[in-house]
Order: sequence, then C-alpha cells, then structure tokens
Amino acid sequence: MSELALDTPAPATLWQRFTRKSLPLIALGFLVILAAVCFLSPWISPYDYKSQNLLLGPTSPSAEHWFGTDLLGRDLLSRVLQGGLISITVGLIATLVALFVGVIYGIAAAELGGRFEDFSMRVIDIISTLPLTLIVVLCTVVFGQNIWLIFLAVGGVSWLTMARIICTKTRQLKSRQFVDASVALGQSRLGIIFNHYLPNLSGTIAVYATLTIPNVLMLEAFVSFLGLGVKAPMTSWGLLIKEGTDVMEQCPWLLIIPATTFALSLLSLSYLGDGLRDAFDPRSNKN
Amino acid sequence: MFLYVLKRLAEMVPVLLLVVIATFFLAHAVPGGPFDKERPLPPEVKLRLEAYYGLDQPLVIQLKNYIKNLLQGDLGPSLKYPGWTVNEIIGSRIPVSVTLGTVSIILAVLIGIPVGVLASSYPNSSLDRVPMGFALLGVCLPAFVLGPILSLVFSKTLGWLPPCGWGSPIHLVLPALTLGLITAAPLARLTRGELLEVGQLDYIRTAKAKGISPFRVRFIHVLRNGILPVVTYLGPATAALVSGTFVVESLFDVPGLGRLFVTAIINRDITLILGTTLIYAVALLVLNLIADLVKAALDPRLLRKNS
Repeated sequence: MSELALDTPAPATLWQRFTRKSLPLIALGFLVILAAVCFLSPWISPYDYKSQNLLLGPTSPSAEHWFGTDLLGRDLLSRVLQGGLISITVGLIATLVALFVGVIYGIAAAELGGRFEDFSMRVIDIISTLPLTLIVVLCTVVFGQNIWLIFLAVGGVSWLTMARIICTKTRQLKSRQFVDASVALGQSRLGIIFNHYLPNLSGTIAVYATLTIPNVLMLEAFVSFLGLGVKAPMTSWGLLIKEGTDVMEQCPWLLIIPATTFALSLLSLSYLGDGLRDAFDPRSNKN
Repeated sequence: MFLYVLKRLAEMVPVLLLVVIATFFLAHAVPGGPFDKERPLPPEVKLRLEAYYGLDQPLVIQLKNYIKNLLQGDLGPSLKYPGWTVNEIIGSRIPVSVTLGTVSIILAVLIGIPVGVLASSYPNSSLDRVPMGFALLGVCLPAFVLGPILSLVFSKTLGWLPPCGWGSPIHLVLPALTLGLITAAPLARLTRGELLEVGQLDYIRTAKAKGISPFRVRFIHVLRNGILPVVTYLGPATAALVSGTFVVESLFDVPGLGRLFVTAIINRDITLILGTTLIYAVALLVLNLIADLVKAALDPRLLRKNS
C-alpha cells in the first residue's frame, strides 16, 4: 500500500499544468513583453508620440520609422506604444474594478442567500437590460472625457457577468461539507469567505479576468470610435485603428499595424484564458 | 406552458418600468439640454419651449406624465425634430434595423453552428484547427476593422457591391456580412466547446455502445443537449442586432436604430433616448423569452423546474 503511494507522482502544481501546453505560455510571454515595452515607452520609444513633422507627412515603414508615420508625420511605432500604454491600463484598471465589484456582490448575494440572493440577481437582470453603451456614453458625456472616469465607466458595466458566475460558484461551495465543518467549528462568516470561498474561487476569477480584458479593450475601442474616448494628441489602440480605417486606401499600414497589434493581444489573452482554465481545472484537459 | 409564458410576460412589466425610470434619470442627469445650441436661444424662447414640452416641471411629475402617455403607447414628441413624434421616428427606423438584424443573425447561425459542429466532430484535425483559427480571429477583430476591410475588397477593388447606402437588397450584403461574421465567430467557438463537453457524457457512451450510428449520435443525441447554451447566447445576440448596431450602421450609412440612439444622446433628445432604450429592452426581454421557450422545447425538464 505504502509502496503504491510512493509510486504515484506528486500532483502537478498549477505552474506545471500551465506550462504543459506551449501556446498559452507563448501568449503569456508575448503579453508580458508587449506590456513591458508599452509601459517603458516614455523612455525607450524612438520618437515623441505627439511631435509632428508636417514636411515628412505619411510615409510607409522604413529604417528610420519602423512602423511608418501618420498623416501628421508622427512616428507610428511610438504612437502604437503610447496607445498600448493607455489601452492596457484601461484594460487592467477596468477589469480590476469589474472583479472587485463582481466578486463582492456575487459572494454577498450567495452568502446571504434566500430572498436577498433572488433580489440581487434580479437587479443584475435589470441592469443588463439597459443598453451598456448608453451607460458608458452617458458617463463620458456627464463627467467629460476624463480618462480615469472612462476606466471606471467601462469597469462599472463589466462586472455583471462576474457577479453572476461568482454567485453560482459560491452557492455550490456553500453546500460542500468542508464549509459545513468549518461552520460547525465556529468559523466566522468573514473567516469562511477568506479561508474557503476566495481560495476556491481564485481559478474562476483568474479565468474570467483574462476574458474580461478583451471585452474591456473592445469597449474602449468602441468609445474611441464614437469620438468620446481619449482626446488627441493622446491616443489608444482603438483611436489608432479608427484613424487607420479613415485612410486605409492611401496608407494601409496605418490600419494594418495597430489592428494587428490589437488582434494579437486579444488572441493572446484568449489563449492565456484557455490555458489558465485547463490549469485550474484538470478535468477539462480531456479535449 | 401557456401559464409559464403569461407569467414571464407579467414579469416584464416591472422590469420595463424600472428600465424607464433608470433611463429617465440618467438622461436628465446629462448636462446640457436639447435646446442648447452653438448660438444660445433667447432666454424667453427657451423658457417657452421648456414649458411647451413640460420640461419646467419637477422631474417626478415629468416621469409620471411620461409613464401615463407610455401606457397609451405614446412615446412623446421628439425634442430635437419639431413636429415629429418619437413613435414616428422610431417606426421609420425599425424596419431597417429588423431587416438587417434578422439577415445577419440568420447568416451567423448558418455559418457559426455548422462550423462548430464540424470542428467538434473531428477535434484537433485540420477541419477543427483551420475554421477555429478563423473564428478566434473573428472574435478579436472589432466590427469597425472587418467592415472597412470587406468594403475595400468587395466594393472598391472588385466593384461587386455598393460601398454604402440603403434601399435595395444589394445594399444589405456588406453590413449583414460584417455583422454575421462577427456574430458567427463566437457562435462557432461556443458550439464546438459545448458539443465536445456533451460528447463525453455517459449517455453518449451508452448510445455509442448500443450501436447507434455515429452520425445519429452526433446529430440527434449530442446536438440536442449541446445546443442549449448556444440558444441562450442567441437570445441577447439577436436582440442586440435587431435593435440596431451603431458601428456598422455608420460605416455603411444605414438609417437604423443604432445611429438614432447615439445621435439622440449627443443631441440630448431625452424622449428619443427613452424610446430607443425601451425598444432595446423590449427586444431583449422578448427574445430571451423566445430563447427559453426554444430551450424548453428541446429539453422539457427545464420548464418543469421553472414552474
């Protein structure tokens, strides 16, 4: 018996399970490098993202300007990095807001249970009936085009799904025996939440976070498309793509480069999310 | 069944009421009013206009009047287009958005679900990898990138289709294709994932063991259960398409509800904002109900649990 136990290998750690497949790892590497380069862009970008060179005008990619220049002769590489800085920040902060609100709301609803839970879920149903764009657009109109408020507005409408998922998961956890045992041992409610619920929910939270960031990036791009997002000369990926579509026939690189960067980031996040889900839930590995 | 539908319809009333109240206060919270222009109106004219539309009264009274008119099917006058009622404006836009939305969602279902079924039938083969690669790309491309690219290829380069406009079926192709492809991508991914998951359940193994043909197992046994989450997804997706999509409507110059809604917000046309929001909310609730009914038809146990 004991020999058998010795022969079975130690269960793989989360990191081991995550690194078993190469694609999520490549995605993670790409995202980390991209984020690092974008956040260091104020120091390492080759040109100033807002300094114009009207004499130069739009030029296609060259040795001096790797990504070419835009209509006002601004270096596109520097602008893509600066746009990434803004877009990634929006993505991270808005997702954090969504997670924070969603997790607290979801756990509270499930823990208090009964009528309170029904009521809370009904409130979410009603909020999801409101067009999401209305809320974001109204916020930008009410508070002005302040970039921090755009983060908050985007995050404020992205927490609904999170709250629903967390509530369902917490309800499942609540009926598990180890939680009952903990209650019987006199553990306080907060203690149960921090010692049992949150650790068991961490997988769901991590997976959902990687899936929320793409939504948030899309929403930011949409708001920028409306002209209600970040203000020129500041820029974001959404704004760069929008500017690119306006001149896609004359200067296709102005659309292709930002759109590819954007799509690659979303693609990587998607692979990262899949990889995390498989790592947290070994049963889903069968496919 | 009939009672269930009746109960669901009755539940919509308080939800819609709350949506109206929430939107009403949100729309009034926006700084600036419908009569603020570049050149300010003389104050007495502005006051008379506000009195004419009842905007000088306390918000609660305005809300009460609005709901009273709403119950008679009257969405009120537009504040920005004098002489037009919101009913007339929205009425003229609904056929456009419903046509475009319906064609797009049919296209999405016809592309997305078969691709998902095919991919899940041969997991990890090239029949799975290639279409799913495109689907993942489709999920990552915003409509305002795909739309201009399609327009560049089919209209500017090949000259097959008009770049924008509305009126004849040919104008429908590009916007419907953009919306259809954008919606088909997540649909294919969802279908594939769900079918693979259901395919591992015990009853499928039993069916296979009984010697039922793989074709029959796949299309009768797996699809029927695996399609349920896809139907759930289709409800809100259809509502969003049918009630107007701002980006695609602006790209292809389609006079639909999506553009009306955004213009209404920018113009602070409060009654029009309320009207378009209400249309969206009704579409969402009704289509969610239809989705639930379809699911109940596929899996009768769902209905028993609910009622």
